[in-house]
Amino acid sequence: MEISRTARGANRPALSLHIPEPATRPGDVPDFSRITVPEAGAMPCPDIATPEAQMRDMPYGLIRVLDEKGRAVGPWDPRLDEDTLRAGLRAMLKTRLFDERMFRAHRQGKTSFYMKSLGEEAIGAAQALMLEAGDMNFPSYRMLSWLMARDYPLIDLCNQIYSNERDPLRGRQLPILYSAREYGFYSLSGNVGSRFGHAVGWAMASAYKGGDAIAVGHVGDGTTAEGDFHEALTFASVYRAPVILCIENNQWAISSFSGIAGAGATTFAAKAIAYGMPGLRVDGNDFLAVCSATLWAAERARANHGPTLIEFFTYRAAGHSTSDDPTRYRPAEEAAQWPLGDPLERLKDHLIALGAWDAARHEALAAELTAEIRAASRQAEAVGTLGQSKPNPREMFEDVFAEPDWRIIEQRREAGV
Amino acid sequence: MPAMTMIQALNSALDVKLGSDPDALIFGEDVGYFGGVFRVTEGLQKKYGARRCFDSPISEGGIVATAIGMGAYGLRPIVEIQFADYILPAYDQLVSEAARLRYRSNGEFWCPITVRSPYGGGIFGGQTHSQSPEAIFAHVTGLKTVIPSNPYDAKGLLLAAIEEDDPVIFLEPKRLYNGPFDGHHDQPLVTWAEHPLGEVPQGHYTVPLGTARVMREGREATVLAYGTMVHVCNAAIAEAGIDAELIDLRSIVPLDIETVIASVRKTGRCVIVHEASRYGGFGGELSALVQERCFYHLRAPIERVAGWDTPYPHAFEWDYFPGPDRVAKALKRCVEAVA
Repeated sequence: MEISRTARGANRPALSLHIPEPATRPGDVPDFSRITVPEAGAMPCPDIATPEAQMRDMPYGLIRVLDEKGRAVGPWDPRLDEDTLRAGLRAMLKTRLFDERMFRAHRQGKTSFYMKSLGEEAIGAAQALMLEAGDMNFPSYRMLSWLMARDYPLIDLCNQIYSNERDPLRGRQLPILYSAREYGFYSLSGNVGSRFGHAVGWAMASAYKGGDAIAVGHVGDGTTAEGDFHEALTFASVYRAPVILCIENNQWAISSFSGIAGAGATTFAAKAIAYGMPGLRVDGNDFLAVCSATLWAAERARANHGPTLIEFFTYRAAGHSTSDDPTRYRPAEEAAQWPLGDPLERLKDHLIALGAWDAARHEALAAELTAEIRAASRQAEAVGTLGQSKPNPREMFEDVFAEPDWRIIEQRREAGV
Repeated sequence: MPAMTMIQALNSALDVKLGSDPDALIFGEDVGYFGGVFRVTEGLQKKYGARRCFDSPISEGGIVATAIGMGAYGLRPIVEIQFADYILPAYDQLVSEAARLRYRSNGEFWCPITVRSPYGGGIFGGQTHSQSPEAIFAHVTGLKTVIPSNPYDAKGLLLAAIEEDDPVIFLEPKRLYNGPFDGHHDQPLVTWAEHPLGEVPQGHYTVPLGTARVMREGREATVLAYGTMVHVCNAAIAEAGIDAELIDLRSIVPLDIETVIASVRKTGRCVIVHEASRYGGFGGELSALVQERCFYHLRAPIERVAGWDTPYPHAFEWDYFPGPDRVAKALKRCVEAVA
């Protein structure tokens, strides 16, 4: 076209404000035709030392390993042993069964709140198994599968969710906002995005000390709009922090579709380009792809090549939380139509294709985990559910500071505890 | 002991800490090679290397967020926010993260960070180089807030703040960086070399948080102040010819309530002075505490002298700044009040 200054008052369309809208709403037939699903194995796997400028197609592709027949294909196949694959399957199944049980517990009034990670179990499970014990995860609130993969005690999860006398967080924190330092799981808080920069700082500290541990941080697609996201990427890039910064793009931020966070204009992984770091876009429902992308980014970080941004492309199959009803803003059948399928079923199919798993073993595992979860939740219920049991109210006044000041001591006395 | 300015005293504290604790490190905007816009970090990068004292992107939220992550790892970060007026982009990090981390994780993680920031007016700084935000931190459970008024305390308090395992907001009255200032802007500048509290030991010492300093003993009224206002009040007491007791609170949280109560019970009168605007200011909390704990000893209403409830103006610097004249008038009202 020719560039010229349009004369004042010339005939041109009036400005119009664009408000993104999802393709479908309740009552519509789910439509994912906008999503291109590249073939598994099609993406190249560059060397970890490759300069970012030579990897700029990565954020627009989609790293996939498991094909439709459950086979692992292409250069991103992490070639994991069968035990690791089964450990991943177990963590995912355990997460799903636990989610179901605790969702019911909320409906039965045993707790005030719960959030499922249905459909996103592969991400935390894979990373927990691929990263080292000394690495630190700065999770989002939808990463229970990390704790499951690392065998965090179920009874402690239940006690936290019930805020009972044995709650490891002493009744101070909303259900599911766990903290598990020994399991490489940083303290969660309700405000989104504010720990993304902590992951970068933690990684900078590890580099400062000449250590070998790295950090991994998580936000959802909606949270990428927070200033914390930009700040974390800037610091990670400037100081070449050994950190993996992850976006779980599950398509929804409560009722807002990912377009409201900017997905209509570009991919979330492509945001990495502006910060000069590699951006990977990964099938988040493909356990093997999550494993290998995590390993790749971890190796880069450990080799002092700096941070990597990974977008895990997935779908939030359940409601946002127990306070949410997704049928009010998206088609009820949408989850079933999601083109990347169910992460648990896909890994199961892969194990079966390898001859390392079968329906009977799966059923037995489900029964075993169900019994384990039932036992833990009953044990926790015996201690008490919300309102039936709580830690000593004295705990309310502890840990504000390392040592309480006079106000806290006085107020504790005033409260009669 | 050598005479130091407040800048030199703060620099000395940082030097002592970097020299003794390999886990202590400094970062912030312009603090590295350049040595800080107020020279507080001068020479530290040269002496300890860029790894220990480095420049940061212009991102207050990012500075505090990364410091919290470092603290969680086990380091002892000392970060600078160039002006307290610009600390607000980091407010979410300070309130929602730094202040709550120990509590919400049941002590699994904590946040031993020190956030230094020049604050206060009297320098024609206008709206965004003059504010006194201490009250917005005093209201946050889990944060400690410290304000020195002289070089000796500045060094000792800063070392104590850095050694705290809790997050500390360390507000430095920039009007006092180079010399004490009593509010008489029309008189020649004085330097710390002429002030007894400009004598600062070279090595390590601390001034514990939560300990006020009685700057002047007196019988007729108690004056509570901190930062620049300590010097303004000192002048005002002399000019009013009143035998007032002047207390430099030094830390807002934790507050040395014992010293405050003992003084007001002795004098029966109390004047509270701060630069920050009055409504919702820390003076309100002080006034309530004194009223609750000294009610039967009070012989006059508690007076508050503070900045007006306006943004900090430029041309009206000395109409806004609570100078010795306003303080002296309040002191006289308080002492002359008859029940």
